[in-house]
Amino acid sequence: MTAQIRPAPVRKSIRVNATPDRAFDVFTSGIGRWWPKSHKIGQADLDRPVIEPRAGGRWYELDVDGSECELGKVAVWEPPSRLILIWQLTPEFRFDPDLMTEVEVTFTPDGDGTVVDLEHRDLERMGDQAEAMAETVGGPGGWPALLQLFADETHN
Amino acid sequence: MTNAERVFEALHDPTRRAVLDRLRSGPKPVGEIARGLPVTRPAVSQHLKVLKDAGLVTDRSEGTRRIYHIDPKGLGAMRAWLDRYWEAALDALAAELNRTETKENE
Repeated sequence: MTAQIRPAPVRKSIRVNATPDRAFDVFTSGIGRWWPKSHKIGQADLDRPVIEPRAGGRWYELDVDGSECELGKVAVWEPPSRLILIWQLTPEFRFDPDLMTEVEVTFTPDGDGTVVDLEHRDLERMGDQAEAMAETVGGPGGWPALLQLFADETHN
Repeated sequence: MTNAERVFEALHDPTRRAVLDRLRSGPKPVGEIARGLPVTRPAVSQHLKVLKDAGLVTDRSEGTRRIYHIDPKGLGAMRAWLDRYWEAALDALAAELNRTETKENE
């Protein structure tokens, strides 16, 4: 018996003191200026993530040693109001071309600022992948690497 | 509490991490999980409840016994991790935008 778990999307919202144009521009082409250095999957230190400015573009991580790690791709490119990135990382932090989860980011004018809304959805598809992986390995797999990250962080 | 906070709270306790470790090798009833741990069986049940609320373990009935296993898909943890991940990212974005906006206005 396997319980069907269908997690709610992760939703985040923040207001910024910038026009939608600037907010969209800084989110995408300026991502290297603000993206947390801890948010990386490669072995080497993170230089910056790259979002190619077009639908169908790549979304990847560029590391200081010049290596690149695929994160997914750009599905919708509608400056300055909407962006959809496809996140293709499994709970084991492996790039999987068959895994498609969506990260939609919208930029809505709010007075002299902008509200940035982010929704990461289709998370249950990661579950399908994790389960498939566990079945392939045949062992007690499906235990995501990120649990270890949690544990490490709580030790600090 | 957010999902992420519940997961962190759940994993902060060393006994709960020990309980999770025991479940990595497969589903087990409470008695078997408690064996060898320096806490009482009711205490283990309480820890399991916290882990369940955090989405880290699930359970099922087998006769009169309750069998616990790790959330087979790890989604509770994944979702909690993403929750923190995106929150930190958007906070950093806002800090950058608010900083540069202030500079331009000077």
